[in-house]
Amino acid sequence: MTVATVETDAEGFLVDPRQWTPELAEEIARENGVPELTPAHWLVVNFMRERFLETGTAPTIRSLGKESGVSVRELYQLFPKGPAKLAAKIAGIPKPHGCM
Amino acid sequence: MVAAPGAASLRVMAVKQIVILGGGTGGTMTANRLRRRLDAGEAAIHVVDRDDRHVYQPGLLLVPFGLADARRITRPRRRQLRRGIRFHESEVAWVDLDARTVALADGARLRYDALVVATGARLQPEETDGLTGPGWNERTFTFYTPEGATALAGALRRFDRGRLVVNLVDMPIKCPVAPLEFAFLADWYLRRRGVRRDVEIAYVTPLDGAFTQPVASAALASLLTAKEIELVTEFNAGEVDGAGGVLTSFDGRTVDFDLLVTVPLHGGAAYVARSPRLGDALGFVPTKRDTLQTLADPSVFALGDAADVPTSKAGSVTHFEAEVLADNVVRHLAGATLDPAYDGHANCFVETGFRKALLIDFNYATEPLPGRFPTAVGPLSLLHESYLNHLGKLALQWAYWHVLLPGHDLPLVGARMPTAGKKEVTAR
Repeated sequence: MTVATVETDAEGFLVDPRQWTPELAEEIARENGVPELTPAHWLVVNFMRERFLETGTAPTIRSLGKESGVSVRELYQLFPKGPAKLAAKIAGIPKPHGCM
Repeated sequence: MVAAPGAASLRVMAVKQIVILGGGTGGTMTANRLRRRLDAGEAAIHVVDRDDRHVYQPGLLLVPFGLADARRITRPRRRQLRRGIRFHESEVAWVDLDARTVALADGARLRYDALVVATGARLQPEETDGLTGPGWNERTFTFYTPEGATALAGALRRFDRGRLVVNLVDMPIKCPVAPLEFAFLADWYLRRRGVRRDVEIAYVTPLDGAFTQPVASAALASLLTAKEIELVTEFNAGEVDGAGGVLTSFDGRTVDFDLLVTVPLHGGAAYVARSPRLGDALGFVPTKRDTLQTLADPSVFALGDAADVPTSKAGSVTHFEAEVLADNVVRHLAGATLDPAYDGHANCFVETGFRKALLIDFNYATEPLPGRFPTAVGPLSLLHESYLNHLGKLALQWAYWHVLLPGHDLPLVGARMPTAGKKEVTAR
C-alpha cells in the first residue's frame, strides 16, 4: 500500500482509516516534512490512532499533551506547525474537526 | 422490546432524589423543568453551587464597551429556582459513582437516584505560560469574568493608540463567536471614539479560519476584512509576555500587542477530576450526544458547557439540551427507554457593531447556513447582518431571566433545528 494507491481527501488525509499501515505512515511523514518517525513520534501516532478507533474522534492537542505523556511543546517539535493535524494525517485518521 | 410510553404519561414510583450540580443556565433550567414535571411526592430536587451569583454570561461581552454593568447582569441563584427546590451553597468535593453519592465540601453527603452535571466550564489562564504574570489585568485581560470585563472597560476607555490583539488560546471555549463579536464591537467602539485610525486590531486564532464551520467562517472572515481587522490563523499561543507585549506561539511565531484581550483555556469543574471515571483529561464529562446520559453511569446526565458533546458551549445549546435532558431524567427514574431527541441544535446571535447582528443556527449535521429563521415575530435573516437580529440579541436578556431559566419554551424555537428557510450552499 502506498499513498498513490489509497484514497485521500483534498488535504491528504486517508478517507478509510482501515487502509493505514505503518509503512504508509512513514511515507506520509516524509512527504510532510518529518524525515524519520522516532519512538516519540510513534508513541503519539499510536495514541492518536487508538483513541480515534475507540471513540470515533481524534484527541485535541491539549488532551494529547495531558494524556500521551508528551508535552504540547514537545508535540510541536515532533510535528512542526500543527501537531494535531499532522499526527492525525500520519496516523491515517480523518482531519480533527475543531470544536464548534 | 416494548415501545417507550409517552413521557407525559410516565409515573415515578416513591420519592426519588435528584441532585443537580451547578445552579447556572443548565442546572436552573433543568431543576425548574423537573419541579414542574414531578411533584414533591415523586422527587426531591437539590441544586448545589459554590456561590449565589448567577451571571447572565452573554452580557459580559457588553461590559468592556460600557454597554452593560457587571453588577446588573448578576442575580441570586436561589431566586431563579422554583419553590420546592433545595439550594445548597457549597463546593462539590467529589462524586462517588459507585455509592451514588455526592460529597460536598461543607461535609454534607447527598445520595441520588439521578445526578445532573451542570457545573459548566472553568477558565484556566494559569495553564498558559506567563498569562497571569506581569501585566495581567493591566495590559492583558479577559472579558469572560465579571471582574475581567470590568477591568477591561477601564483600559479600553483610556486606549487611544497602538495594537489591540484579540486571541483565543484554544478550543473548546464558551460561546465560540464571542471573541469575534468582541473584535467587531471594538472596531465600532474605537470608531465612535474617533481613534480607530490610530489603533490596529488583530484577531489571532488557533483555527484555520475565522470560525470553525466553513460557510460561517467565510462570512465572518469577510466581515473582519470589511472592518479592517487583521486575521492571524493557526496560531497556538504558548506563552504571553504581558510586560513586553508579545504573544508567542508553540511553533515560535510572535504577535506584538499593546492591549491583549484573551480567551483563556477552558476545562471542566475541578471536582470532576477528583471523581473517578466521571470526566475526561480536560475535566469535561463524556456524554451521549442524543440522550445526554453520561458514558460513566446510566443514572448520571450532563448538559451545557460541562458536557463533551460536539456542539457549541453556548446558552442556546444548554436551553435545547435541558428540554431533552429533563425528559430523559423522568424516563430514567420511571425505568423507561430514553429519548435520543437532542440533535445538536445551536442558535446564536453574533453582534457585529453599529446596532447590527447576524444569526447562526445549526446542529450536529448541518453547519450554519444563510437563509431565514422562522420566529413568532417574523423571520430573522441568517448569516446576514440586520438591525432586527441586534434587537433579538437585546431581547434575549429579558427572555433569559423570565422565560428560559424558569424552564418555559420560546415559541417556535425548539430543541430540534428547523430546516425550513435555510439555503444549501458550500464554502468556496
